[in-house]
Amino acid sequence: MTIAELQEKARKLRIDEVKMITEAGSGHPGGSLSVTDILVALYYSKMDVSVDAEPGKHDIFVLSKGHAAPALYAVLADKGYFPQEDIYSLRKLGSHLQGHPDSAKLPGVDCSTGSLGQGTSVAVGMARGLKIQGSPYHVYCVCGDGELQEGLCWEAFMSAAQYKLDNLTVIVDRNGLQIDGRVDDVMSLGDLSAKFSAFGFAVDTIDGHDFTAILAALETKVPGKPHCIIANTTKGRGVSFMENQAGWHGNAPNKEQCAQAVKDLEGM
Amino acid sequence: MADKKATRQGYGAGLAELAKKYDNVVALDADLCGSVGTKEFAKTYPERHTNAGIAEANMLGMAAGMARVGLVPFAASFAVFCPGRAFEIIRNAICYSKVNVKLVGSHSGLTAGPDGGTHQAIEDIAIMRCLPNMTIFDPCDYNQAKQMVEAMYRIDGPVYMRTARAATPILTAEDTPFEPGKVQILRKGKDIAIAAIGVMNAWAVEAAEKLAEEGIQATVVNIHTIKPLDIEGIRKAALESGGKLVVVEDCNICGGVGEAIACGLFGQPIKLAHVAIMDQFGQSGEMDQLFELYGIDTASIIAKAKSIL
Repeated sequence: MTIAELQEKARKLRIDEVKMITEAGSGHPGGSLSVTDILVALYYSKMDVSVDAEPGKHDIFVLSKGHAAPALYAVLADKGYFPQEDIYSLRKLGSHLQGHPDSAKLPGVDCSTGSLGQGTSVAVGMARGLKIQGSPYHVYCVCGDGELQEGLCWEAFMSAAQYKLDNLTVIVDRNGLQIDGRVDDVMSLGDLSAKFSAFGFAVDTIDGHDFTAILAALETKVPGKPHCIIANTTKGRGVSFMENQAGWHGNAPNKEQCAQAVKDLEGM
Repeated sequence: MADKKATRQGYGAGLAELAKKYDNVVALDADLCGSVGTKEFAKTYPERHTNAGIAEANMLGMAAGMARVGLVPFAASFAVFCPGRAFEIIRNAICYSKVNVKLVGSHSGLTAGPDGGTHQAIEDIAIMRCLPNMTIFDPCDYNQAKQMVEAMYRIDGPVYMRTARAATPILTAEDTPFEPGKVQILRKGKDIAIAAIGVMNAWAVEAAEKLAEEGIQATVVNIHTIKPLDIEGIRKAALESGGKLVVVEDCNICGGVGEAIACGLFGQPIKLAHVAIMDQFGQSGEMDQLFELYGIDTASIIAKAKSIL
């Protein structure tokens, strides 16, 4: 896909996300909108994965910030893992689109997530497991910046360096906000790039809404080192009244707000 | 006296044998290879061994990841840490999606002895019992622990096995069949049944032998599978032994096996007594001293049995 096509795809998927969260009446729009460009770059350009891939014969994606499920569901529906109309069953009784991704219920989900920090640890285990088996496939793990306050992440990152997991890419969706406010006010991550470097990662810091930059960073490969991309993003990206508002972390828009959001996104 | 060997060593021996048979078996440790019995595996199969360092939560998160890419990981530490420290990882990363991870918690119950109350896991069964999709094994001796490793491998889903620090009497033969999910009758008697978990079977057998000297014949029921619990097997053994049952466990009475059995036998014409730790933490001391102090030794089992005879 060209950069313009990726942008167009991201615009369409963001509209799906806002609509499905509105229909659900609850969910996490802010972090879904911030992570969408990263997911689009991975699923439509970088990752070796498709709905027809044989088990064990594809790249693996872990959405460690599982509350951004709507963004993942929008991608998976678009990719044909389940019928498009299913997105409107999000968070409803009996739906395979759970509030947080459930691998046992939904095809295309490589790992159940939602309990923050755990996805990083599982992703490291996957990468180590692939190495043990001599598999050529790669593990991509997207986590939030607030999520990195979980100590488990850093246990996992230490192990990634120890076991030289150059088949692992951790992408931090650094939108700077968490439920209680600014990450810097709640529990600052400080110099995140320096922290990842100190933990033995090769680090790139980019604009997480610039497809050229995302795709370039995804090409980084340092033999023997796990890779981290710190993607600076905007929470609520593309929706005027949601951008940079912690209050839109976990609240659904009403119908009028949804209409405004769609209008904003169409004009992006 | 029978030969003694620790169940934790049974785990190590079973794992080394299993690894020989199946390439997809991997092991994880948290800096306690020597204590939990995995030194041989780590030495023989370094490429299939992952030491998480002193980080039990990450050990189990990584185990979940390895299982998700098709390996069968066995992860072990002291039971206070695995499962204790890593409870919510086990809940969400392992049990929630029925991920094929095998957990082993050694130094369970009061067998950690002199290490003291911080290292004596008396709640591991309670916190694993309450998780859907979890199977729980507690081997009665070294031979059974060794056999259980392959049984764990054959189950598609999470399994927790608890092992003990101390060398305890060998009660079964190397080739005694191990049938997961079915109680094992170690001894038959008509007057009372004593149902025990794990290494407590050795104390149950000793109590039965002493009761026999007084003319009281006791059945000893080995509950090696704590979940799913063979309530029907326990009920049958109790009814065939005078409708009297003593449950023996080396963990806290709150959330333990006794509770599960009492619940399962509710309304049955069976008199119940319970030997367990009475909702308190342990302390430093030799295992035998602790067993006596906390009321789970042979004399305590005999006294409880007599209280319902």
